[in-house]
Amino acid sequence: MTPLPMLLQVADPQGPPTTGIFIVATLVKIVVIFTLYMLCVAYTTFAERRVAAWIQDRHGPNRVGPQGLLQVIADGVKNFMKEETYPSHAYKPLFILAPALAFVPAMLTWSVIPFASPLPTPWGRVDMVVADLPVGFLFTLAISSLGVYGLTLAGWSSNNKYALLGGLRASAQMISYEIAMGMATVCVLLLAGNVVLAEVVQQQAAMGWNVLLLSVACFIFLVAAFAETNRLPFDLPEAESELVAGYHTEYSAMKYSLFPLAEYANMITASALLATLFFGGWDIPFTRWDNVPPWTVLKTLLTFAAFSAKTGFFVFSFIWVRWTLPRFRYDQLMSLGWKVMLPLALAYITIAAGVILALDRSGLARGYTYGAILFGMNVVLLVVLFVVLDRGRMVSPAYARLGPAAVARLRAQSAPAAPPAGTGTGAGTGGR
Amino acid sequence: MPINVKVVERPVEDVSYVRATLKGLALTLKHLVDPHKVTVQYPEERWDISPRWRGTHRMLTTEDGKAKCVACGLCPTVCPANCIKLVPGEDEEGNRYPLVFEIDEFRCIFCGYCQEVCPEEAIHVGRHYENSEYSRDRFVYDLARLTQQTHPVCEMWDPADPRGE
Repeated sequence: MTPLPMLLQVADPQGPPTTGIFIVATLVKIVVIFTLYMLCVAYTTFAERRVAAWIQDRHGPNRVGPQGLLQVIADGVKNFMKEETYPSHAYKPLFILAPALAFVPAMLTWSVIPFASPLPTPWGRVDMVVADLPVGFLFTLAISSLGVYGLTLAGWSSNNKYALLGGLRASAQMISYEIAMGMATVCVLLLAGNVVLAEVVQQQAAMGWNVLLLSVACFIFLVAAFAETNRLPFDLPEAESELVAGYHTEYSAMKYSLFPLAEYANMITASALLATLFFGGWDIPFTRWDNVPPWTVLKTLLTFAAFSAKTGFFVFSFIWVRWTLPRFRYDQLMSLGWKVMLPLALAYITIAAGVILALDRSGLARGYTYGAILFGMNVVLLVVLFVVLDRGRMVSPAYARLGPAAVARLRAQSAPAAPPAGTGTGAGTGGR
Repeated sequence: MPINVKVVERPVEDVSYVRATLKGLALTLKHLVDPHKVTVQYPEERWDISPRWRGTHRMLTTEDGKAKCVACGLCPTVCPANCIKLVPGEDEEGNRYPLVFEIDEFRCIFCGYCQEVCPEEAIHVGRHYENSEYSRDRFVYDLARLTQQTHPVCEMWDPADPRGE
């Protein structure tokens, strides 16, 4: 069969395509998604600088092109033209490999995220996901764990104590939060009954978004996503006030540039995952028509817009949080991960699984009522959690002066330290 | 302990990080949507610099476009930084003019004495401050460059009007 008749062959637009068409469609999707994704990564770096400037009442980079929109090209050219230096004691093979290892996993994860409703074409239905893997979500977990290799190897191969410390922190931090992240998503999988992300999206369309159904899991996932992407308040691996620049201290030119790019790529991927797992993916809220066949081009475009808006919002939140919160101390980071997030996630799995089991046993069909009951459970849990996290005060200001009782107690404590009156050696020496 | 370090107990039970975080996010969002800019947004806005600002030099010209300088040699003499290089020349009619007139803006301390001493009101310090160049030798301004510059010149301190009003 020659390619031309194969391409002209008209199949059912709503049915699955033939193998040849499938391969061609997948290749096209790879090229389009890769291009779009790289553009988004580049413009996220730009967005970060502009939003940071606006938050700090400045202008930000606005000189290259209209509103500074060509800044990313200038940055790219600059980074390619710069001199690359290699530290004399670095282990070169890994030193060169590490930036690529940091960047690739972020892109790989993107391949299983469904970003729009299926597109009908004259050659059959094309699913708007690069690889509709049956193991879907497990794949994202596996690949995102690989991201830590880039950072750790960069730190180790640089042969620099600060870089090594940064790499060590990266590995410890990412492994710690990986666990909380995985635990948080167990609840999502319990509810969806499937690890295919497209199924998770359909489940949310049928029952309401998981952010309402599994709010605590969403919160844990959000915090873990910040830690996984090494964003403030968890950017310990590159803590510039302590470690020069952390794991990428010794890097220069485009190899250095790949690390920030990997961070932004991870940010976009984490945002897309958050949108898919907890905010309905490409589902348009309050409607059902976009989730059912027959598929149309309009549906694809609208759902893609919905998905982009959600992802964009989370990317913005990442930036917004970065320019608001200070960095955690390292022991605070670890105790938050292991002593708060992990037990919280485990307890939440138990509770959520219990409620889901009870609801299923009672014969309630999975729909909006089912979702409403879960939502009620979450409201109760969130109030309890807020009271605990808020240290038992619901209405006091965020910071407080010492009460009179505490002041009296502190005065009593410090009283013996002061020299007793009248026993000084003389008026002249009594002062200090 | 060698010195009396006072350890104050923090009122831990009264502090909420949750609300502090939310408050911080609200504050940054407020600045994002409604910036109140307290600094001069430099490339977009500029200060009105003082009329007595002493910046990089200008050589004023006569109506036929020649430098007003008569190469009297007062400005290199008075210059405390020794940054003016002047080689005088004379034409057939006996008029003196500068063959070479160079000011090294790196050496200049912008005191304005050259403008004060000039009998022909030729050399002036200018009201100008954006002086960056790509190479160091571009900071030695020659006569052509001094006459070509167009920025406003400094109004020196006037004893009759000490506040510049």
